[in-house]
Parts: sequence; structure tokens; C-alpha cells
Amino acid sequence: MSQPLEEGHTIKRFDAELSHIIMLALEMGAMVLNQVRSALDALRNADLSAARQVIDVDYRVNALELQADEEIVSVIARRGPVARDLRLTIGISKALTDMERIGDEAAKIARMTEQMYETEGSQPGKDLKRDIYGMGKLATGLLQEVITAFDMLDADKAQQLALGGTEMDAEFESSLRRIATFIMEDHRTVGHAVDVVIIIKSLERIGDHARNIAEQVVYMVRGTDMRHLENGAKTVPGAARNSPPKHPR
Amino acid sequence: MTSLTESADKTVDKSFDDTTVTEAIEVEHTATVARENRETVGEQFVDTARMTCRDVDVYYSDKHAIKNVTLDIGHNEVIAMIGPSGCGKSTFLRCLNRMNDTIDGCRVSGTIEIDGQDIYHKSMDVVPLRAQVGMVFQKPNPFPKSIYENIAYGPRIHGLAQNKAELDEIVERSLERAGLWDEVKDRMEQPGTGLSGGQQQRLCIARTIAVSPEVILMDEPCSALDPIATAKVEELIDELREHYTIAIVTHSMQQAARVSQRTAYFHLGDLIEVGETNQIFTNPRHQLTEDYITGRFG
Repeated sequence: MSQPLEEGHTIKRFDAELSHIIMLALEMGAMVLNQVRSALDALRNADLSAARQVIDVDYRVNALELQADEEIVSVIARRGPVARDLRLTIGISKALTDMERIGDEAAKIARMTEQMYETEGSQPGKDLKRDIYGMGKLATGLLQEVITAFDMLDADKAQQLALGGTEMDAEFESSLRRIATFIMEDHRTVGHAVDVVIIIKSLERIGDHARNIAEQVVYMVRGTDMRHLENGAKTVPGAARNSPPKHPR
Repeated sequence: MTSLTESADKTVDKSFDDTTVTEAIEVEHTATVARENRETVGEQFVDTARMTCRDVDVYYSDKHAIKNVTLDIGHNEVIAMIGPSGCGKSTFLRCLNRMNDTIDGCRVSGTIEIDGQDIYHKSMDVVPLRAQVGMVFQKPNPFPKSIYENIAYGPRIHGLAQNKAELDEIVERSLERAGLWDEVKDRMEQPGTGLSGGQQQRLCIARTIAVSPEVILMDEPCSALDPIATAKVEELIDELREHYTIAIVTHSMQQAARVSQRTAYFHLGDLIEVGETNQIFTNPRHQLTEDYITGRFG
């Protein structure tokens, strides 16, 4: 790409509007990444005020989503974007939904943290929490990479991230098995174990949302829709037009 | 306790191996064609071609206006030709019914066929050709005669009606197909020039239809019309597709997107890209096409 995706219009204001939408989306991405990290830190440090903070600032993520959506609707209504401008507006609109969900999951982790330390009678065991850190590291790492790929509009990297994730799926499976083992060994851990399962499920969802965002980056840059490839749709719609002409001259 | 956890870990490791060997998913994608590349990108050929153009070059004296254009125009399709001013789209359109013959110093080479007949062949008579391939212009140009006579003139000189009753029927059917019948049926003897701009343009379309064409060429048919009249003509184009093939040159990209099934993008005499309208407006393959339709040109 010789120039940034949003630039070069004869109408300069159009550049500025698209650029602002991208900026809002990146700001939102950075904000939810920070939310997930803060939620995990609060959990690790048993810091209940930090956990409360994560829940309290979720409204800011929601406000950003509303603002960005409003600007996207305005660009569609007034500029009639086509080609890569259209893909950019639609792709970001979809990515925003995933980002907002990530923010919700972060808030959910913070609420589970409050529950673990406040309402359960005892402190959760160290071994039980270990699985959260493994999943947390994978989820935040993936999200960070996806947001960087979005920032750079790096379709190769985004595609790789969108197709990856087996490591995270495997870690999720193995965490569930380990937690099941803990419950079998000591029934008193069951309360905390359920909380931990909910948290790692949240982290697994965050990973899925991050991969969805990566798919949107690929769509924005290349126009290839790579959603649901794992469900058997092996050829990308539109790829067929790359085949040689059927009719000889 | 530890032993149990360890054995759980081992089962997990195994399942991890299973997931990693799943078949790799192939994602195909084509890189955007660079601005410098002037070969036509996309689908120039269709299964059922009404008109076939092969290696068409047009010169106005020294000026090379159309450069080696190869393109099929399918049955019952609306094909839109877009591009910046001077790109050759109107020149190309005019080649399709030899309207360029009237221009001094204009030379056309290559072959253009309609239903397998070479329209530039020596034996080709341009009068029936222009009935077969009709044309609607930018500014409505009704004859300074009655509404009835505007429509009846063509069928009469081409001998399409045996008697007055047949001629009346052709006039009525043409006006109906052009969506104008209800508006003019009570004032058939009034001059065509007394109609509104939009009505005049539909009168010209009715006049084209009256001589039973196969192809209708439209050169910016809505550029002199207001949005309501434009919408009526666009709706008409969509209805006419059932019976005719339509090639339309337009400066309005939104119009091309709205009315056509295929879009061809011209740039400085080259046919840069042609493809399904949907694909052109969501994911054009040539950088020049994208620059133009997104408003980044120049």
C-alpha cells in the first residue's frame, strides 16, 4: 500500500473523517486491551479497588463505540464510500462490536474477581489461579498483536493471527481438565473453581473476538472475507474471479 | 495430588498435538494491479455475447483515442462504462453503431460484431444497423413534430408497419415500454418539444424502442435531468433489460452502480478493468479503478 488506507481523496475532509474513525477504533482497541490487563492484574494482586475501577470505566468503551458508530453512519450517508473506503467503514464497524464485547468480558473478569475475594468464604488457591494466568497471557498477547496489525493495516500478520489460535484452544481445554482434577481431589474448591472456569471462558472469548478483529483487518486491506473458513468454506468468495478467462479470444 | 494433575497434563498434551495437525486453511488473494499496468483486468468475455469487440483501436487523425480494447457485451445485460473525461468511453460507445463514421479523420480498426455480423464490413448498411443498435443522447433531442410523429417516424421509414393500425400499436407499445404512455396518451398531437426534460428523454427512449433494436446505447442519458426524472429513467433501464441489451456511458458512478450488472472502467483510451458491478464497487482489482471510484483520481 503506497499510502495510508484512508488518504488521497480529492475531497480532503473525507480523508479526515475516515482517519478520525480509524483513530477512534484504535483508541478503543488500546482501551479494551488495557481493561483486560488491569482486570488480570487486579485478580493477581487481589486488588478489589482496581477490579472495581475496571468495571466503572467500561462506560468509556461504550461511549467510544457509540461515537465511532455515529461517525461511520454519517460517512456512509454523506460520502457514499465504495471499494476500500467502503470496506474500511464496514470492517471497522464490525471490529468495534468485537472490541466492545472484549470490554464487557474484562468487566466480567473484574466482577468474578470481586466475587472470588469478597463473597466466597476462603481465598482461592494458587494452583487454581495459575490457569488464569496462562490463558490471560495468551489472550492479551493475541489482542495486542491484533491491534498492532490493525494499526499497521498489516494483512499478512492479521491473516496469520486470524488463522492461529490453536494454542489458545488447547490451553483452554487443558485448563478445564486441570480444574476438573482439582475439584475431584478437593470438593471444597468447587466454588472458586466455577469462578475460575467463568474467567478462563471470558479469556477464551476475548481471544475469539481478537481473531474476529484480525479477520476484519484482512477484509479491509484485501477485500477477502475469511470468516467461517474453519467451518468447511475452504474457498474465499470472490477468489474465483482470479481464474483465467473461460473464453479464448 | 500432584500425580493426578500431571496425568491430566499429559492427556492435554496429546490433544494439543491433535489440534496442531489439522489441515492448514488456504486463503487466496490477489494483489492489486499497479497503476502502470495497462492490460485489461477482469472478465472481458461472457457466455452469451450479443456484441463482441476484438482489438478495437480508434484514431482521431493522430490521436489514439481507443487502444486495443477487447470486450463482450452480453444478452439482456446493462453494461456501464465509466472513466474520467477524455478516457474514450463515449468514443467506444459510438463505435458500437458506427456513429464515428460521421467524424472526419476518425479511423476504427479491429472487429466489432453483433450476433456474429461484422458491423464494419463493406456490405454493412448503417441505416438498419442504427435501428438494430439504437442510441439515446445526453440532451433529449425530440424532433420538432408531434409526440405521435416522433415515435412513428422510425417505424415508417424502416417499413415496420403495414397500415395505420399497426403503426398506432407500435407507437402505443413503445410509449408504454418507455413508461410515458399514461402521461401523453391524451396529447399525442402536441409537439414533443413541449414535454418536460425527463419526459422528452423518455420520448427519445420510446423513439429508439419503436424500431425494435437489439442494443440500446445511452450516452449520459440523465445528465440533463433532475433526480426524480433520473430515477424514472433508471427504473426504465432496469425494465428494458428484459428485452434489450443496454450499454450506458455515465459520469455518475452511483448511477453505474445502481443500474448496471457489469462495469467497464476506461482510462486514457485503455480498458483498464471490467467486471461485475458489485465486485468493481466493493473490491476493484486495478489501482486506477480504485483511485477513480473512491474519488482519489489525479
